[in-house]
Amino acid sequence: MKNLKMSIAAMLLLTLSFANGQEKEKMNHDHATMKMDHSKMMNMNSDAKAEAILNDYFNLKDALVADDTKKAAQEGSKLAASLKAFDASKYTAEEQKELADIIEDATEHAEHIAKSDIGHQREHFKTLSKDITDMVAITGTKNTLYQQFCPMYDKGSAWLSKSDEVRNPYYGSKMLKCGKVKETIN
Amino acid sequence: MKIVKIIAIVLLVAFVGIQFMPVERNQSDGVPKIDFMLVNDVPSDIKNKLKVSCYDCHSNNTKYPWYNKVQPVAWFLEGHIKEGKAELNFNEWDSLSSRRKVSKLRSIIKQIESGEMPMDSYTLIHKEAAFSEEEIQQVIKYMENLKDSL
Repeated sequence: MKNLKMSIAAMLLLTLSFANGQEKEKMNHDHATMKMDHSKMMNMNSDAKAEAILNDYFNLKDALVADDTKKAAQEGSKLAASLKAFDASKYTAEEQKELADIIEDATEHAEHIAKSDIGHQREHFKTLSKDITDMVAITGTKNTLYQQFCPMYDKGSAWLSKSDEVRNPYYGSKMLKCGKVKETIN
Repeated sequence: MKIVKIIAIVLLVAFVGIQFMPVERNQSDGVPKIDFMLVNDVPSDIKNKLKVSCYDCHSNNTKYPWYNKVQPVAWFLEGHIKEGKAELNFNEWDSLSSRRKVSKLRSIIKQIESGEMPMDSYTLIHKEAAFSEEEIQQVIKYMENLKDSL
């Protein structure tokens, strides 16, 4: 009987502290949202098609990090398909023009990655990364991204990552951790 | 001995025969105003090099010396012209946005730097298209400057 009382009390305490914690987290969250400026808030209505592009881009990046040409080629063609499926109609005329340009360029690079050896794949990945970064600047994304930079590859080359840990897609296993986080996006 | 003779004759007949097959020639009148040479201030030696080494497959006008008219060389060329123009057409340079130009220039530089362009199979029959080490440096430097100016 005493045991039962104790456990009920413990449960109650746990529940209370849990609820309290959640409340706090929610408040923190609200606070964070409030701090964001208006344009970022608009971007928070994330664009599913842009997210799909980013997802393929990250898979491609991971394949290059792993020195896996075949996988990179497959991810390249997937990325080309998601790029083609992008719908810019909800953006302003000016953004649409910019996005069309970005998508056209990125598609070409993705298509080349789909049919090249690893050296070429990495060359194209460099320009592709610039395109995708410019795309995110317009579309926004729901995730925090890190722009990372390797000063050695082709006089300095950047890429995007979902993690702040550096895994170099330009050198792979040869220099896996070469580079640093240059910017945090979102 | 007899069999060799027969094979030689068959090959000869085939060779002569394919000369009569129709080919599409990559030729057009005049150079559009958006041509690479017309919108950029290209030094004459580089201009010349690009015309000789690149324009056969990367423009709307292929020069057809006799050997480019002979089959199967002409077929081989036709395929590459199609592919080459899809990748890059110097005649339509200024229709590209700055982003696309930078992208193309980057590829041009990489291709020449690595010796992938002009293609070996092309320079084999078109000797003057090959780049000397000095020409490589010269053209790359020009393209780099152009890229940085965009």
